[in-house]
Amino acid sequence: MIDALHNGFLSLLGPMLGTLAWTLFKIVLIILPVFGAVAYLTLAERKVIGYMQIRIGPNRVGPYGLLQPIADGVKLLLKEIISPSAASTGLFFFAPIMVLAPALVGWAVIPFAPGLVLADVNAGLLYVMAITSLGVYGIIVAGWASNSKYAFLGALRASAQVISYELAMGFALVGVLMVSSSLNLSDIVNQQGHGHFGGSFMSWNFIPLFPLFLVYLISGVAETNRAPFDVAEGESEIVAGHMIEYSGMSFALFFLGEYANMWLIGAMTSIMFLGGWLSPFPASIPVLGAPSIFWLLAKMSFVMFLFLWFRATFPRYRYDQLMRLGWKVFIPVTLIWIVVVAAWMQTDYSLWK
Amino acid sequence: MTLTTVIFYIFAAILIVSALRVITAKNPVHAALSLVLSFFTGAVLWMLIEAEFLAISLVLVYVGAVMVLFLFVVMMLDINFEELRKGFWGFFPVAAIVATIMAAEMVLILLAKGNGLESFTTVAPLPEGVSNIKQLGIPIYTDYLLAFELAAVLLLVAIIAAISLTLRRRKNTKYINPADQIAVKRNDRLRIVKMQAEVEVPEAPAAADDKPAA
Repeated sequence: MIDALHNGFLSLLGPMLGTLAWTLFKIVLIILPVFGAVAYLTLAERKVIGYMQIRIGPNRVGPYGLLQPIADGVKLLLKEIISPSAASTGLFFFAPIMVLAPALVGWAVIPFAPGLVLADVNAGLLYVMAITSLGVYGIIVAGWASNSKYAFLGALRASAQVISYELAMGFALVGVLMVSSSLNLSDIVNQQGHGHFGGSFMSWNFIPLFPLFLVYLISGVAETNRAPFDVAEGESEIVAGHMIEYSGMSFALFFLGEYANMWLIGAMTSIMFLGGWLSPFPASIPVLGAPSIFWLLAKMSFVMFLFLWFRATFPRYRYDQLMRLGWKVFIPVTLIWIVVVAAWMQTDYSLWK
Repeated sequence: MTLTTVIFYIFAAILIVSALRVITAKNPVHAALSLVLSFFTGAVLWMLIEAEFLAISLVLVYVGAVMVLFLFVVMMLDINFEELRKGFWGFFPVAAIVATIMAAEMVLILLAKGNGLESFTTVAPLPEGVSNIKQLGIPIYTDYLLAFELAAVLLLVAIIAAISLTLRRRKNTKYINPADQIAVKRNDRLRIVKMQAEVEVPEAPAAADDKPAA
């Protein structure tokens, strides 16, 4: 059916426009579910944190509050967009787009199931790293263009934090790259499907690379500026950081970008450490043992739940402790574990031959 | 005209405009952001000639890290830009002459016969399944290992030198060592004093507890 649709596009519009339209169609097929997931992650966050604090959470709009994200979206759409009089107007409205765009562009190389990927590029891992490092521009530009002290402080904090944690994240990825000897995300998943433990969850990367898995997960929380690393927003210290001057839809774009980034980190964690679309059960079990997109979605949802759990549990880090954690704890841990894995791979006990 | 050619011309136009904005923008932050845009567009053009590793590392290193710090510095600068711009028309003739000579030299080289440019036709695309990154990695870690390691050591020395030159220990800082904080035992902070729960009050005179004074 997919081939027929592809050929239909090509025959209708010719090779050039047909390819363009087909690619755009596939992009829409990825972006729409991402937006849906983002909207319902906000609801899930309020519900999960609500129950953790023995409250009910939103339950007024629709059955069990299920229409709450739509009501929120409509509210934000209808609100007035205010621009500070001394703001640099062009950059002020460009900044939210700069936050949202990289969070969406990263999905281009994420494989959802075998062969189900928009661009199956060789350098997928590097591509995601490069794209996620672009998101910080939106925050910096927002802080500067708002012409506000709090916004500027938030931007400075955010840029220092994101750069610091990117290093630890990059080192964690080096470990994954070493054991899978490929930068292609599909190959990384497939490599986890075989090994000493024959494709069950015991052969996934998160067991031999456990320190790197932890570092990646925690750096992911820091990279998306989520609690307990949300010093860039720090509503009790600098009100809302870079978002302080934004209202209505321009504020909503920051929100969408943050949650899309969370999903992206969840997808990357699942693909690199939790076996992507692979099933945790042995292949002999009929339905549960088959690899499918649902396993990837389940793993991503689990990582998202961890994000919400962290937020409900931990108090905010102090800024100097946050820098210390990044530079003095995570980077040495990853460096040591990379050397350990490299030595391990040279021995007869290597799991990755 | 293929789709790739269309993409090339679009991005080449963006690259030229953003590079011009770097030197013509009045605000240094706008200039730095234009530089980011031109780096990114340059990376896209590299990607079009299948140099994906170089393209992605350009984005990762320059756009993702170097320019963020650069922007950081530029935003915090407090310079009077009117003052800097004052001598512009005085220097303009010299700058124009230098620019013209450079442009003329480049045009002469490109137009000269026998410069061998004809042999640089389109690069043959890599066969399916061959990774650009692997092809770069193998020579770096075999033939050029020594040079590569030397460059790495040089960078490390530069980092340490820069930090040690600028590091100054302030006397009045309220730095707390987290390891000490974690290692604190109860006895360092808390002293339990044994004392009686009730203190015996000496008996009051017996006459007082008959009736309260009226």
